[in-house]
Amino acid sequence: MEKLQIHQKAARRASGGKSHGITGVVASGNLEVLLERVLDGTECEVNIKTSVEGFDAVWRAVINDFIERHSPGGLRISINDGGARPDTVSLRLAQGVRLMEADR
Amino acid sequence: MMLDNLLNVLFPASHDTQVEKEGILYGTARYGQGKTAAVVGLVNRTPLGVEGALSLASHVLEVIRHSPGRPIAVLIDAQSQRMRRRDEMLGLNEYLAHLTKCFVLAGQLGHRTVGILFGSAAAGAFIATGLVQDMLAAVPGGEPVVMDLPSIARVTKLPQDRLEALSKETPVFAPGLAHATPIGAVAEIWNDGDLATKLAMALDGLPGAPDRRDEIGAERKGRLKAAAVAKRVAQEATALADGERQRMPCTDR
Amino acid sequence: MKNALAKYRKWSWYEATARERIAALLDSGSFTEFIGPEKREISPHLVLFDLPEAFDDGIIVGRGMVQSRQVLLAAQEGRFMGGTFGEVHGAKLVGLLRYARDDQDAPRVVLLLLDTGGVRLQEANVGELAVSEIIRAVLEARMAGVTVIAMIGGRAGCFGGGGIIAGCCSRIVISEQGRTSVSGPEVIETNMGVEEFDSRDRPLVWRTTGGKTRRLLGGADAYAEDSIDSFRDAAFSLLDRIPAFELDTVEKEHARLAQRLEKFGQCHDAPEIWKAMGIAEPDGIADLSDEVFNQIAQAQKEANHDAR
Repeated sequence: MEKLQIHQKAARRASGGKSHGITGVVASGNLEVLLERVLDGTECEVNIKTSVEGFDAVWRAVINDFIERHSPGGLRISINDGGARPDTVSLRLAQGVRLMEADR
Repeated sequence: MMLDNLLNVLFPASHDTQVEKEGILYGTARYGQGKTAAVVGLVNRTPLGVEGALSLASHVLEVIRHSPGRPIAVLIDAQSQRMRRRDEMLGLNEYLAHLTKCFVLAGQLGHRTVGILFGSAAAGAFIATGLVQDMLAAVPGGEPVVMDLPSIARVTKLPQDRLEALSKETPVFAPGLAHATPIGAVAEIWNDGDLATKLAMALDGLPGAPDRRDEIGAERKGRLKAAAVAKRVAQEATALADGERQRMPCTDR
Repeated sequence: MKNALAKYRKWSWYEATARERIAALLDSGSFTEFIGPEKREISPHLVLFDLPEAFDDGIIVGRGMVQSRQVLLAAQEGRFMGGTFGEVHGAKLVGLLRYARDDQDAPRVVLLLLDTGGVRLQEANVGELAVSEIIRAVLEARMAGVTVIAMIGGRAGCFGGGGIIAGCCSRIVISEQGRTSVSGPEVIETNMGVEEFDSRDRPLVWRTTGGKTRRLLGGADAYAEDSIDSFRDAAFSLLDRIPAFELDTVEKEHARLAQRLEKFGQCHDAPEIWKAMGIAEPDGIADLSDEVFNQIAQAQKEANHDAR
């Protein structure tokens, strides 16, 4: 298993009222994403635990892109990955932020 | 230990049992100070299929119907559940569940149930004849198995010697009494001493006693999370309900 | 197109994840999860095998409302490690059932959304022990007046210890996609040979372990279409006829299981059983629509009983 942590400031704080949310499932080719609104300001933290080693650069690129696109400021995002493709990762992250931006 | 030898050692005063089809043992025996126990079991390393489960269940129901308060000793030297398409088609899960229910009901109705594992027991057969009892003891030769190591190696795609090495660090997956005891599955191993006396004490225990195996597993440090997690769920559920009660407008409570 | 698919996924019991089932089954916003994923109560054993963990260890337990009625609920995620019972996974369910057993103010209905291949081999001993503890807790909850309803229709089916747990519940709801057995078809094939059970013969697997077979034999009490709404309706249709766990019920169950063996013990394949039951076209059962099948099932003596 490989662990990766990314800290980055987003452009804005994520909107909405949910304190935490989860999406996805840990399975082959899939991942689960846990989001917690626990950080200050526009800080964003992404913790990844993955069963597939050696894709550091790809993860960083995908996360970078996600943070720029969706501005998840204030969110700590934790991922358990079962070897998902980058587009699946992007999809889950986007789903996750949408979940957090809901009212309740 | 062979069955005949075991019966003599457990019930030196007298015992009167027979083994019928499907490896089903039944009968009675004297124990302690002239008391009578029912004796049932799954023996001769027989797998447990629909006929055997039904037959064993019928003997348990007989005890409940005709012998109030009589404890039940359950001797086990089995395999796993019988692996036949026909048994599954007929609903083996229901037959094993039924047998399990008979034993639990017996305990609830005042019949102390004590399992004595003296041979092998695996998977569904172990659940329905061994793990279900008020107390499960083992004697030398007892071998509880969920799945044999070569099969685990095949399914998990790990080399067997790696599994063997891992099983030295943790009791959670490999077969054997050395693992079953620290996690709380087996209450006692009767290695030496007077087996008849140990059995007598076990048979005189509380029928239908609360299931404390997770706490025992924590005490023995073989199963560190289960008891705490179960308790925590109950605590959160209770706290949720308490929180709601406090927010409700005052009634005449 | 994507939206239509998403909606379908949302509503198909088989396609849904455990969390999607909960969201669609319960009244909107009514669910409170116990030991949620943010608590990170994960398996302590998977790391030894270098396997990924799930934040909820593959089972979600909590309380919610269905049609304004409070229920307790446990939903297994069949896609995580095959929905298998591990130490933490099992303990969450044990805790929920013991709470129902012990607290008279707790909801009187527990929904068990079973989706499991059985015991998790990496945690074989503690998983098996958890199954035994769950069985004990189900039966004790029933004795305390709690109704426990098994709902089976997911990808992993309801195998191994899960099948035994289901048989101990007050009632069982199953769909065509649901499969229940103790040994899985692959395990039987590996151990006994392909002549005994060809696990790749899908129609055979379904005739042997599938929802229609279970329903007709009396191994399930209600048959649902593969939709959340249908599962909900089927479960709630059973609520006014719940057998108590007591001697009388167990005796009746013994009689019905003995009778089943007597009447059908010589049958080699399910259509022989349907023929012996007097069903008009036994070979056509697999192809029947859910609606027509349900009508046939309601009319079968063996399928409808209070002996569980």
